[in-house]
Amino acid sequence: MTTLPATLRAPFSSAGAAAIDAQLANRLLGLALEAGGDYADLYFEFRVSADYVLEEEQVKTLGRGITLGLGVRVTKGDATGYAYTEDLAWDKMAHAARTAGQIAAGGGHAPVGIGDIASVATPSFYAVTAPSLVVPAVDKLALLRAADKSARAFDSRIVKVQASFAESIKEVLLFTSDGRMATDIQPLMRFGVSAVAEDKGKRQSGSGGGGGRYGMEYFALAERDAAAHGKEAARVAIAMLDAVDAPAGEMAVVLGPGDSGILLHEAVGHGLEADFNRKETSNYTGQVGKQVASPLCTVVDDGTISGSRGAINVDDEGFAGQRNVLIENGVLVGYMHDRLSAKHFKLDPTGNGRRESFRSVPLPRMTNTSLLAGPHSHDEIIKSVKRGVYAKRFSGGQVNISNGDFVFSLSESYLIEDGKLTAPLKGVNLIGNGPDVLRRVDMLGNDYQLSDGIWTCGKDGQSVPVNVGTPTVRIASITVGGTQA
Amino acid sequence: MSGAQVTEATLQELRDAAQMTIELAKRAGADDAEVLVRDGSELTAKVRLGEPELVQEAGSRGLGLRVLKGGRRAVTYTSDLRKEALEALCKESVALAELAEPDEYALPPDPALLATQIPELDLYDAAIADVDAAWALREAKNGEAAARRHDKRVSNSEGATWSRVLGATAFATSGGFIGAYRGSYASLVVEPLCDDDTDPQNPKKRNGYWWTASRFLDNLEPAEAVGIEAARRTVATLGSRKVETQECAIVFDPEVARSIVGTVFSVANGSAFWRKSSYLVGKEGETIASPLVTIIDDPLIARAPGSRPFDGDGLATRKNSVIDKGVLGPVLCDVYSGRKLGRGSTGSAGRGIGGNPGPTTSNLIMEAGNVSREELMKQTPRGLYVTQLMGFGFNPVTGDFSRGAQGFWIEGGELTFPVSEVTIAANFDQILKRIDLVASDLVLRSSTAAPTFRVSHMTVAGTSR
Repeated sequence: MTTLPATLRAPFSSAGAAAIDAQLANRLLGLALEAGGDYADLYFEFRVSADYVLEEEQVKTLGRGITLGLGVRVTKGDATGYAYTEDLAWDKMAHAARTAGQIAAGGGHAPVGIGDIASVATPSFYAVTAPSLVVPAVDKLALLRAADKSARAFDSRIVKVQASFAESIKEVLLFTSDGRMATDIQPLMRFGVSAVAEDKGKRQSGSGGGGGRYGMEYFALAERDAAAHGKEAARVAIAMLDAVDAPAGEMAVVLGPGDSGILLHEAVGHGLEADFNRKETSNYTGQVGKQVASPLCTVVDDGTISGSRGAINVDDEGFAGQRNVLIENGVLVGYMHDRLSAKHFKLDPTGNGRRESFRSVPLPRMTNTSLLAGPHSHDEIIKSVKRGVYAKRFSGGQVNISNGDFVFSLSESYLIEDGKLTAPLKGVNLIGNGPDVLRRVDMLGNDYQLSDGIWTCGKDGQSVPVNVGTPTVRIASITVGGTQA
Repeated sequence: MSGAQVTEATLQELRDAAQMTIELAKRAGADDAEVLVRDGSELTAKVRLGEPELVQEAGSRGLGLRVLKGGRRAVTYTSDLRKEALEALCKESVALAELAEPDEYALPPDPALLATQIPELDLYDAAIADVDAAWALREAKNGEAAARRHDKRVSNSEGATWSRVLGATAFATSGGFIGAYRGSYASLVVEPLCDDDTDPQNPKKRNGYWWTASRFLDNLEPAEAVGIEAARRTVATLGSRKVETQECAIVFDPEVARSIVGTVFSVANGSAFWRKSSYLVGKEGETIASPLVTIIDDPLIARAPGSRPFDGDGLATRKNSVIDKGVLGPVLCDVYSGRKLGRGSTGSAGRGIGGNPGPTTSNLIMEAGNVSREELMKQTPRGLYVTQLMGFGFNPVTGDFSRGAQGFWIEGGELTFPVSEVTIAANFDQILKRIDLVASDLVLRSSTAAPTFRVSHMTVAGTSR
C-alpha cells in the first residue's frame, strides 16, 4: 500500500504519538499472566471508517468514525479471560491486563516466562494502489451519482435509488506471550446500490454492489464501475416485476456461479469451524477422513486471495493467512482452527482465528470459502433439469450448526421448465441439511466465480468480512419454500 | 465489582461532555448540533460442562455527533472524549457536512416540542451492578447443571452464559434539550445438546435453549428452572423430521410470535413509508390484519426492557397504537420521517452513536386474546406448532414471506412429533389477516412480545407427496 498520512495511522504504530514497543508489551503480558495464566495476548486496534449515502438524488449524509482500543486475552486450559480498554494510558491498560488475568485466579501456577518477541513476516494480499480514504470525498460522491443516474436511465419504472459507499482502514498490532508480534493494515471498501421499481401498482426491489480489500482502482474494471452496479440493481428490480409465486416442495435446484457460495458457507462452512468440533457440537464432529459430500466437491477456505473481501495477511492471533483444503473430492480433510482448537487437536493453526474488534475474543472463522470448479458447462446443467429452480442472487442465509439445517434466501430466481429458464420467482427460501445437500450435488460447472465482495458473516454476535465462490451447481433435490403446493 | 455502578456523577459527566461538544460544534460553524454520549460496561460469564469457558469484563465510552449546517448533515463518532479531540471532531464534522447536499427536511425539531420533563421509569438495578464474575459463573454453572441433571439424553452442552450490561446515556441538542438516564439488564441463557440417533444412517445433534432476562436481578427466573426448561425443549426435538408439503394451520409459540410482531414494525414505520419500501404504504386507517390483532408500542412501562424516558430527537416518548383491532394506525415516526410524510413525530426516534435517528420500537406488544393456550390448541385439529424460525426470507416491498421453521406437528389438538427442515410461506398481508385465534398467555419477557397465536393456513414446504 502507498504511504498513508499520519491521520490514518494508529497512535500505537512505531511512528505514532503513543508507540507501543515490545518492551512495553512484555510488561503488560507479565501483568496479564501474574495470576497464573498459561497464555496471553494483546490486540491493539485503530480503525478509521467513513460512509457516504445518496438517496432521492441527493447526497444526504456523510459519516466518519474513529475507534481505538486494546483487547487483552488470557487463557488457562480451555478457559478464557478477556478485557478491553479504549484508553491507552498505562494504568488503564494495566487494569485490563489484570482483569483478563483473573480467569486464572486460584490456579496456583507460576507465571510462564515470556520469550523474546519477534515479528511475524507477512506477504500482502491487499492490492491497494489508491487507498480510498486518502482520496477526496467528492470523488466518492461522484461515484454515487453515477450509480444513481445509471439505475434511473435503465428503465423509467425505477422510482427509488439508494447508493452507498463505505470504507475503512483497520490497523492492528498484536503481541503474544509465546513471542509473536504481528502488525497489519487492512483496507476494506464496499459499494452498494438498491433500486425500487414500480409498475401498475406492483413494486419490487433489487440490489447490486461489490468491493473488497481495494482502493479506488476497484472501479477501474468496466463490469464493476459505479454505473454497472447501478444498472444491475435496476435490472433485478425490473426483472422481478413479473415475478410469480414460487413452488413449494422438493425439486432440483441449480445455483448460479459466484454468490451461491453463500450456500456452501452455511451448509458446510460453519460446521467445519473447529470450535464446534472441539466441543463436539457440530454435525461434522469426528468425520475427518470420511465421505461427507459428493465426490464432485472440493471445498477450500483461502485467506490469500488478493483483494478479496475475506483476505487476511495475518489472522487476529498472529498466524499468517493461508489456503486450507477442507473437503477434497467429497472427503473431509480438516477443520478451520484458532489457537484453542489447534492446541486441542494438536495441529498447526490454520490462520482462521478472527475477531470483530478489540472488544471480542478470537474464534475460528471463514475467510474466502469456495467450492472448486467441476466438469460440466453451465448450459448443459440448465438443460438437464425438467422442472426446478435456478437461483441467481441471494440476500443471506443461516445455519443451525448442531443439526446442519440451513436456509438461504433467494432475491432473484427463475423457474426451470424443460431445460429452459422461464418465469422469475417471488422471494423464496431454500431449506436443507448441509451434509444431505452436499451429497446431492450431482453436476458441477466449469465456470467458477468468486463473488464480488459484499458478504459479512455473523457468529456469536461478531461480524467479520468474508467472501464466497462457486461454479454453477446442480443439487438433485432440495426443499423450495414457496407457496404453490 | 462495585466499581461498575452507574452513579449520578457519571450521568453529570456525560451531560457535561454532551453540552461542551455542542458549544464546540457551534463554534466550529454548525447551525445546529446533537450529541449522544454513552458509557457502558459488560460482564459475560460462560460455563461449559461445569467449567468456566469465558469471563469478559470491560467498560467503554463513545460519543456520537450530528451537525447540521444549512440543511446539510454529517454524523461522526469517537471514543476519545478529551476536549482537544472533540474540538478536532467538531471541525471535521462541519467540513464533512459542507460536502453534503441540502435537505429541506433535515432541520432540528421545533424547540417547543422538546421534552422538558424526564420521567423516572425505574430502569436501573444496583443489585445487578454488584454482581461479580464468581457469582455470575456460579449462576451459569447451576443453570447448565440443572439441564444436564434433568434428562440423561442431554449428552453435551453449548454452555450457559450469565451476562449483564450497565449503561448511562446522555443526549443534548442545540435546541435546548438535555437528558440522561441509566439502565441495567441481565440475562441467563442455557444451551443443552443431545445426540439424535433416530436415523442411524444420518446421526444428528439437536440443540435447544431457554433464557431469562430482566432489568432487575430479583425478576430473573431461578437458574435451575431455566436449565430444566432448556433441557425439556431440547429433548423434545429428538427425532425431528420433515412433513409433506401442504397447506395447514400454523400456531406460533410466543418465542416466534414476537418475531412476527417485529416484522410488522419493519413495514409500519415512517422511514419505510417515505422510502416506499413497505407493502403497507397508503394503508393507514385500513384493515390490514384480523380484528383480533392489536399491537401497541409503549416506552413508558416502568422497569420494562424497552422503556425509554425520551427519544432520539429529544422528544417526550408516548404510548402509540400500531394496529388497533386490525386497523393500521399512523405509523411510528421520528422527526425526519414525519416531516417527509407531512406530519409530526410519534416520539419514536431511536439513535445510535454515529448514525442518523430513525423510527425504532420501545416495548412493542401484541395484546393478549381471550382464549387460553390450551383452548387454542384444542381447537386446532391439525397443523404446525412453530417454535423456531430461521433465515431472513421477507421482502418488505412485496410482503413475500418464506422462512425456515422448526416445531411440532399438531394432530387432534395435541403436539405429536417434532418437525424440522421445512419452510412456511405466505404473503405477509395474508398472514396477518388469517390470524384467527389469539391466546391469553402474553408475558413481557423481552422488548418485543406476543402471546401464542394461530394463522388459519400457510404453505408448509417439506417432502414431496
